[in-house]
Amino acid sequence: MIVVNLLFYLFSFIMIASAFMVILSRNPVHSVLFLILCFFNSAGIFLILGAEFLAFILVIVYVGAVAVLFLFVVMMLDVEFKSISSTVISYLPIGMTIGVIVLAELMLVLFTWKRDYSVTDNLSITSDKQYSNTEIIGLVLYTDNILFFQLAGLILLASMIGAIVLTVNHRPSAKRQDINKQVERDAENSIKNIDMKPGSGI
Amino acid sequence: MIAINNYLALASILFVIGIFGVFLNKKNIIIILMSIELMLLAVNINFVAFSTYLNDIMGQVFSLLVLTVAAAEAAIGLAILVIYFRNKGSIAVEDITEMKG
Repeated sequence: MIVVNLLFYLFSFIMIASAFMVILSRNPVHSVLFLILCFFNSAGIFLILGAEFLAFILVIVYVGAVAVLFLFVVMMLDVEFKSISSTVISYLPIGMTIGVIVLAELMLVLFTWKRDYSVTDNLSITSDKQYSNTEIIGLVLYTDNILFFQLAGLILLASMIGAIVLTVNHRPSAKRQDINKQVERDAENSIKNIDMKPGSGI
Repeated sequence: MIAINNYLALASILFVIGIFGVFLNKKNIIIILMSIELMLLAVNINFVAFSTYLNDIMGQVFSLLVLTVAAAEAAIGLAILVIYFRNKGSIAVEDITEMKG
């Protein structure tokens, strides 16, 4: 039990420290790497909470895809490296005000909130030790929440089309395959007999 | 079992760090996008913590949906960033005030 507690505090500490480093580091590449560290530690937190499926989805999807996408863009854009600290003074009052207000609200909720035990006990499916966490999510996701699942797929499709449409780069000099032109081409149009005199070029 | 308040405190601290990252940044939009990812991660920690402590799987299903939306948002945001950089040659936040419309 104490091991789990220690692991929780270790993961939390590394997570908060790396989140600070994400917004404070001078080099954007370091920011992305600290973001990856943050995601790894939150996967550890999810494992402590018993949500194995989400932990591994976080590692696979976030670290494997999204963070690498960030890394690619950061390296491709080749921006100058400037620290946040050079500009932090002018924005500090408003940022600090909003941050303190939100933190106060969250802490207010945190220390006055009490669980209402009558709400969700009819839905207790995670306590069923017969199935693993992944099986339970599959049982719920593909039956009761099929609409959520399909909406998620639709969102991904829309974002994929949007990203491709935004970044596609039409160059007139690039050679492309034109199917209509290929199909319309026949022997009459493509072969010409030229009567030319000897010694002269075309 | 660790008390749920610990998870909620962790998530709120992470969320506020994300807000700071959005507000205190003037040079780099990529850092702002990463701060948004941090905030969504904090929300996910809240969902999963409540899902475990209330014995209800719906929190994890919804957290999966949040992950999907976050991935889509990152893809679109980075695409917009790339074409903006191709047009302007800079991604500083202060230059965005030159936009028309």
